[in-house]
Amino acid sequence: MKTLHTIGEYTLLLGRLFSKPEKFSVYWKQVISELDKIGVQSIGIVALLSIFMGGVITLQTASNIDSAWIPTYTIGFAARQSVILEFSPTLISLILAGKVGSNIASEIGTMRISEQIDALDIMGVNSAAYLILPKVLASLFIFPFLIIISMFLAMLAGGFFGKAAGLITLVDYIYGIQFDFKIFSVIYALIKTVVFAFIITTVSCYFGYYTKGGALQVGESSTKAVVFSSVYILIANYFLTQLLLL
Amino acid sequence: MIEVKNLYKSFLQKEVLKDVSITFQEGKVNFIIGRSGSGKSVLTKCIVGLLNPNKGEVEYDGASFTQMDRIEKQEIRKKIGMLFQGSALFDSMSVIQNVMFPLSMFTDLSEGEKKDRAMDTLERVELQESADLLPASLSGGMMKRVGIARALSMKPRFLFCDEPNSGLDPQTSIIIDNLIKDLTYELNMTTVVISHDLNSVLEIGDRINFIHEGQVEWKGDRKDIMFSDVESLNRFVFASNLMKKLR
Repeated sequence: MKTLHTIGEYTLLLGRLFSKPEKFSVYWKQVISELDKIGVQSIGIVALLSIFMGGVITLQTASNIDSAWIPTYTIGFAARQSVILEFSPTLISLILAGKVGSNIASEIGTMRISEQIDALDIMGVNSAAYLILPKVLASLFIFPFLIIISMFLAMLAGGFFGKAAGLITLVDYIYGIQFDFKIFSVIYALIKTVVFAFIITTVSCYFGYYTKGGALQVGESSTKAVVFSSVYILIANYFLTQLLLL
Repeated sequence: MIEVKNLYKSFLQKEVLKDVSITFQEGKVNFIIGRSGSGKSVLTKCIVGLLNPNKGEVEYDGASFTQMDRIEKQEIRKKIGMLFQGSALFDSMSVIQNVMFPLSMFTDLSEGEKKDRAMDTLERVELQESADLLPASLSGGMMKRVGIARALSMKPRFLFCDEPNSGLDPQTSIIIDNLIKDLTYELNMTTVVISHDLNSVLEIGDRINFIHEGQVEWKGDRKDIMFSDVESLNRFVFASNLMKKLR
């Protein structure tokens, strides 16, 4: 019964997002501000994770290929497939669910308990649309860029770490990266990313928007936002893979 | 004028408001007073539409607010200003941005015009010097004054003040009270103040409505409040030793 109530409340909240904005210029400014908060301020952590992730994938792949029958460019090929298909879109989205999701839920939750959302409602502002729509639009736009940056850095770092460890030459690595490349792999990864972006922002906004109580409950909302976003990302990942790849 | 007619509100099995009928008059400071948990805040939330009553009606200048759809309610809300107990200022915006916010949202004024109007309003509450500060760096009294300025920026017809003096020292409380009174008379607004601060009631209350256990038990003006024969009101008014001695 509680699950049905939550689904209904979440659906109604989404319904409120898609009404005509009171003022496009104000919403536009919010979108720009959210692009900075959600996107630009996440570049550092995305870059750091991607570099080490790419490096580790290359080293692990190389350490598992000890047969003379398997060409060394396979290391580059395997690293590319892992990074594009799974690690960048899914792992980085899970990390962003932690960083962006908890930030969104605590920001909106604090606004709820300090009556700032009531103040918006009483002014005649559609508080759900004003607070949530710019975040959703910004994340749908910026997440794919973050994931492309992640893919690029992970593959670049893979080559660098592989060469530094003496496991593969750059020529072989680059050949492996280009070998049997299908553009659909990137499209698949970006489709997943957009879905994950929508899950992270709307689920986190939902938990923030319906926070009741005080500081403790803001913390709980923030935790729930991260946990539920992560679970829904993993479930969506399974279904999208089955739908798009098989 | 705001009219509340036979309002009922309950949460699960608990009946919070029982047949509440009040008229809030234009150009007057109307008070809703009562003990904590008496239903004042729920009544206010029903009046401004943050909660839907189970039964009864709320009318703004004769138009039934409770029967309106969301878009019509938003139109009425543009005529409402509200000062919240915790001020509810947007903490990511500066003082002037807070005051300009409703203007940015609902008017086509240029940036310069909005700024001028916001500065005029801030001058009215004597905060023009603090225009560029963030809410976090303001004192409680200053935050209330910014809250009033923001509530007034759209020149509302109806002003709601939820516990305007909570957390303030007696001197600042009087400043806020007088500001609310002066602005009400000057702008001919229908002002509704929710409070349990008897000093405020006696200082500026034109019409007073006492709520006890979800029902309006007494209505009158500040001269009559000391001489009522309603037992629950007398317990509320003469709760302190000082008031008991005065009596």
